[in-house]
Amino acid sequence: MAAAATCGTSAGNKGCTAAAAAAAGGKNNVTSFQRKGPRASVPDSGCARLVSIAGTRPSVRNGQLLVSTGLPALDQLLGGGLAVGTVLLIEEDKYNIYSSLLFKYFLAEGVINGHTLLVASAKEDPADILQELPAPLLDDNCKKDFDEDVGNHKTPESNIKMKIAWRYQLLPKMEQPGPVSSSRFGHYYDLSKRMPQELIETSKWHGFFFPEKLSPTLNIEPCSLTHGYIKLLQFIQNVIYEEGFDGSNPQKKQKNILRIGIQNLGSPLWGDDICCTENCDNSHSLTKFLYVLRGLLRTSLSACIITMPTHLIQNKAIIARVTNLSDTVVGLESFIGSERETNPLYKDYHGLIHIRQIPRLNNLIYDVSDVKDLAFKLKRKLFTIEWVQDNYLRQERNIYPPGFSYLLKQKDSAWGEGSLQHSTFLMSFLAKTAAFASRLVRHSEPLEQTDSRSILQAAGPGVWRDGRRQEAPGLLAIPP
Amino acid sequence: MFPELNNLLNTTPDRAEQGKLTLLCDAKTDGSFLVHHFLSFYLKANCKVCFVALIQSFSHYNIVGQKLGVSLTAARECGQLVFLEGLKSSVDVFFRAQAEPHPLQFLREADAGNLQPLYEFVREALKPADDGQAAWRCPVLLVDDLSVLLSLGMGAVAVLDFIHYCRAAVCWEQKGNIVALVHDSGDAEDEENDILLNGLSHQSHLILRAEGLATGFCRDVHGQLKILWRTPSQPAAHRDRSLTYQYKIQDKSVSFFAKGMSPAIL
Repeated sequence: MAAAATCGTSAGNKGCTAAAAAAAGGKNNVTSFQRKGPRASVPDSGCARLVSIAGTRPSVRNGQLLVSTGLPALDQLLGGGLAVGTVLLIEEDKYNIYSSLLFKYFLAEGVINGHTLLVASAKEDPADILQELPAPLLDDNCKKDFDEDVGNHKTPESNIKMKIAWRYQLLPKMEQPGPVSSSRFGHYYDLSKRMPQELIETSKWHGFFFPEKLSPTLNIEPCSLTHGYIKLLQFIQNVIYEEGFDGSNPQKKQKNILRIGIQNLGSPLWGDDICCTENCDNSHSLTKFLYVLRGLLRTSLSACIITMPTHLIQNKAIIARVTNLSDTVVGLESFIGSERETNPLYKDYHGLIHIRQIPRLNNLIYDVSDVKDLAFKLKRKLFTIEWVQDNYLRQERNIYPPGFSYLLKQKDSAWGEGSLQHSTFLMSFLAKTAAFASRLVRHSEPLEQTDSRSILQAAGPGVWRDGRRQEAPGLLAIPP
Repeated sequence: MFPELNNLLNTTPDRAEQGKLTLLCDAKTDGSFLVHHFLSFYLKANCKVCFVALIQSFSHYNIVGQKLGVSLTAARECGQLVFLEGLKSSVDVFFRAQAEPHPLQFLREADAGNLQPLYEFVREALKPADDGQAAWRCPVLLVDDLSVLLSLGMGAVAVLDFIHYCRAAVCWEQKGNIVALVHDSGDAEDEENDILLNGLSHQSHLILRAEGLATGFCRDVHGQLKILWRTPSQPAAHRDRSLTYQYKIQDKSVSFFAKGMSPAIL
């Protein structure tokens, strides 16, 4: 752990990948480039010694306690996990299909680690949400399920290709999924199965179902917050205070983490009208709520996930303010209904995932992943995040001249692919290489035919520096 | 405190100017490193600092301060630093009804309140000591960041008024300094924020504007910093010098270099 900890993000990733690959069994270890994993067993024992709360680990960068989002690939992108006391904001995809999966992953991870849950929703009953949590992949007997799901695209053919295309080994790796023991930080879940009933029953949770909490008489003191938000804040504060998640009154029992999940915050179901009009009366309701919520989180052992339908919010200024007031912001953009669905570039994926903001905690710098173009894919059992370039490079390997893909990669981290700049760059590069190649050919020409010379003259003087400019006055020796 | 930034601004803690309003602004990037710079700069300059921190917790500023060589806890204990922690106070204000008005009282109020309690707090904090002899060099007000006040329901005019009052009290009466950070919302078309930013740009003496690179994320260049002096007293040499620098934030410092002169590409 210490060794993996000190060598930064990239080295850490490799270690994790090696560990995961080793855990997944020797089946995939065919390539000669597979790293031997001496650290394979180290992380578990190291974490157990350092951390007293299950399912947490300290960040190597800023010393904050981290919890897993329930999706190890996402943890890795967010700098190791979600810091305790911070808010993770998920910008929902258009039909709220994939963001609810992230929401459930986050809660399921809490159930596995024995964290207390607080589920707030205005749409579904929290008890129903808990029933639909995915089942964890814990033991070895899940492994063969896993291999069939993961292994279908890892054909032997692709492994042989890897030997030839050695430079692809240098590309950043996403965490490979693999079933692991329950003591590990971050788990994998099987979306096709439900969480076992006994696990849900043993977990401790609080539900906030907004329609139930509506009081018929509004006898509260006037405040600029929407009624639903006040109720929710009071509910969260009560739970934090009574169960001792704030450090002020010492806990008798073992310290624990409170995982808060708030679904569809800002939607009209919460009684908020920012989705309806651009200039609404209580446009500050949502931002105020977030501010006070963040104040609550910072003073307690809790982490929060919020999904928000940002595509519904009419006023773009509110989205910018909400982003500024959250810690981590992740956007999901699904291809359903967009023209990208038919783009061959994206045929393997279901949407793009944008890491919009990563917090700077106790630090001037923040953990930023070098990987920018990320896509997600919903397999039969797993939600995976992959680097789009992976697929991209596979395609362009045969078309472009050598070295080009590296350039493309550099450029693409700044430009979105498919963008105007990208295609302009591509065209100009190809034009340049074509011109260069033709110049080489022309230089090697013997230049004996007269018709080729006339072409040269038509092209104008000054292009050729080999003494064949016949009309140049200063030249004495004119070749025959 | 980043020595390289001090060189660019032609200042040191020993000869910090007085009576100035400095506007920090960030667009498409995070300009909080500038706040950390000025916090440690004025603490080292032996100024009395009132820090209105609305966006992060005390421990965050303290840990970063330690990396930059100042201890906020020690400064707070000896009375050099008055720290208003917005996140923590918001919980107190919101859940516990208090007898005396809190500086952030407006969080509770239904109609758009005013920032008078906050101004009173600042003035009280930076009031010169009664015994006549000044223990600290000059008072400094530092706000991180003013855009949060807009999110909490204040109007842009109320925030501009607040700064105006603070200028009168801190910059004029006591020859102190004000440093405030405002986000540039960019293409989000946040009208209130634009009013605030333009209003402050008009009256500030020095503007430091951190921008993300137009070409997007880069590992070796984190952004560019534009420096704009608005005081005529600056030597002419500064006027025609290019004042856009690119920077890279490191663990404990920030390195600045001319545009396109990043060590990584040279």
